[in-house]
Amino acid sequence: MLPEQVFSFTQRLVRGGMADGFRQGIQATIPALRRYARALTRDAEIADDLVQDTLVRALRSEHLFHGGDIRSWLYTILTNLNRNRLRSLSRRPAHTPIEETDAPDASGPETAGRDIERALAALVEDQRVALLLVVLEGLSYREVAEVQGVPIGTVMSRLARARAQIRAYLEGERPPLRRVK
Amino acid sequence: MVEREPSISEEQLHAYIDGQTAGDECAAVEKWLESHPEDAARVAAWRAQADAIRSRYGAIASEPVPRRFDLAKLARRDRRWSRLAAAAALLAFIVGGAAGWFGHEFWEGAGPSRNVTAEAVDAHKVYVVEVRHPVEVPGSESAHLSQWLSRRIGYPVRPPDLETTGLNLVGGRLLPSIAGPPAAFFMYEGTTGERFTIYSRRTSAPQSALRYRAAGVVGSFSWIEDDVAYVVSGPADRARLQKVAEAAYEQLETRQQTGMAKEPHVARR
Repeated sequence: MLPEQVFSFTQRLVRGGMADGFRQGIQATIPALRRYARALTRDAEIADDLVQDTLVRALRSEHLFHGGDIRSWLYTILTNLNRNRLRSLSRRPAHTPIEETDAPDASGPETAGRDIERALAALVEDQRVALLLVVLEGLSYREVAEVQGVPIGTVMSRLARARAQIRAYLEGERPPLRRVK
Repeated sequence: MVEREPSISEEQLHAYIDGQTAGDECAAVEKWLESHPEDAARVAAWRAQADAIRSRYGAIASEPVPRRFDLAKLARRDRRWSRLAAAAALLAFIVGGAAGWFGHEFWEGAGPSRNVTAEAVDAHKVYVVEVRHPVEVPGSESAHLSQWLSRRIGYPVRPPDLETTGLNLVGGRLLPSIAGPPAAFFMYEGTTGERFTIYSRRTSAPQSALRYRAAGVVGSFSWIEDDVAYVVSGPADRARLQKVAEAAYEQLETRQQTGMAKEPHVARR
C-alpha cells in the first residue's frame, strides 16, 4: 500500500525526466484501450470509465513500470479492473444489464454487428479477453499469456473454446443463414 | 495412397489465421486445408468472426480521444495530500541521500522552468531584505489579496497556509515578468525572521517535474502544471525548503481541483 501512495510527489521530484516518455507511451495507447474496453464491456460509458480508471492506475504506479511494453501493461490493468468490476457486479443482486438492446431494427451490417456483440456477450470473460486481445488488438499469444497471467497453452484453449462457441452461437441460435449450393 | 503429409493440429489452424505461423508452416497449413474441407470451413468461420469483431469495434480507435483522458489532469486529480503525508519517510530518505551535494550545487535537470525560476529568485532577493515594505497587500487582508492577484494574473491563486512548517503569511504583491504575464508573489516569515516566497505566473513551457536549484544562499523548488509555473524560494537549506515546498505544492495543486483552501495564518506584525 505504501509505495503506491508515495509517488506522485517523489516520482516527480526524482524521476521527473522519465515521466514524459512514459506518458507519451500511455497517450498513444488510449485509442486502442478504448476499442478494447468497448468490445469487452459492449457499453460505451462503462468502457470509457474503465479506460479512465486504467489510466489513473497506470499513472499512479508509474514507479512499478520498469520498461517493457507499455501497451501490454495497460491491457493487463484494464483486464484486471474489468474482472473486478464484473465480480462486484455479480455480488450485487439482480440487475444484469447485459442484453436489453434486442430491439429488432436496422439491418445489414448493423445486424451483423449486433450478432457478434451478443455472441461475445455469451462468452466466459477469460475467453472473451483472449479472443479480443488476439483478434482486435493484435497481441501475440505470448503477450496474451502475460496479460492473463497463464501459460500459452491456456490461452490457446480459451481461444479455441471462444471461437467454437461463437460459431455455434451464430449458426445455431440465429435463424440459420444457409446458402443453397 | 494414404496421406503422407504431416497432420495439422487445431492449434496450428488458430496460429495460422492469427498470423502467428512461420512462412513455411503457412504453406503446409494451406495445403492441408485444400484437402480438408471441414477444417477449411472452420477456418473460414473463424475469419468471419474476426472480421465481424473488427468491423464492429475497429472504428473506435480512430475516434478523437475525449478530453476526459487528458493525462496531466488525471494525474493531478489523483494526487492527494494524504499520499504525500505517507511519503514523508521515503522523501526524507531520498533527500538524505542527496544531501551530500547540497551547499554548492546547481541542480539543472534540464528544466524548462529555468527562466521563471531566475525571475522568482531575483524577486525573492529583492524583497526578502525589505524591512518596511516587503509586500503591497498585508497578509491580514488575504481574501482581498487572493481576489486581486487572481484577477491580475488570470487564474485563481491563494496563498497556501504554511503554518505547519512554521511560516506565517506576510502578504503579497504583483510583479511584472520578462515573458509578459504578470506574476503573483507571496512572502512568508518564520519565527526567527527567515523568509520564504512563492512566485507564480502563466508560462507556455510544458509541464515539468519538480526541480531544486540553489544559487548562493537562495534555494528554490519549481514546477509547472497546466501552463502555470510555481517557484518556492528560501534559504538554501534544502531539507527545510523541501518541507515548505511540499506543503505549498499540495495546497496549490489540490486547490485547483476543489477551489477550496484554508485561510493562511498571518504574521503578527
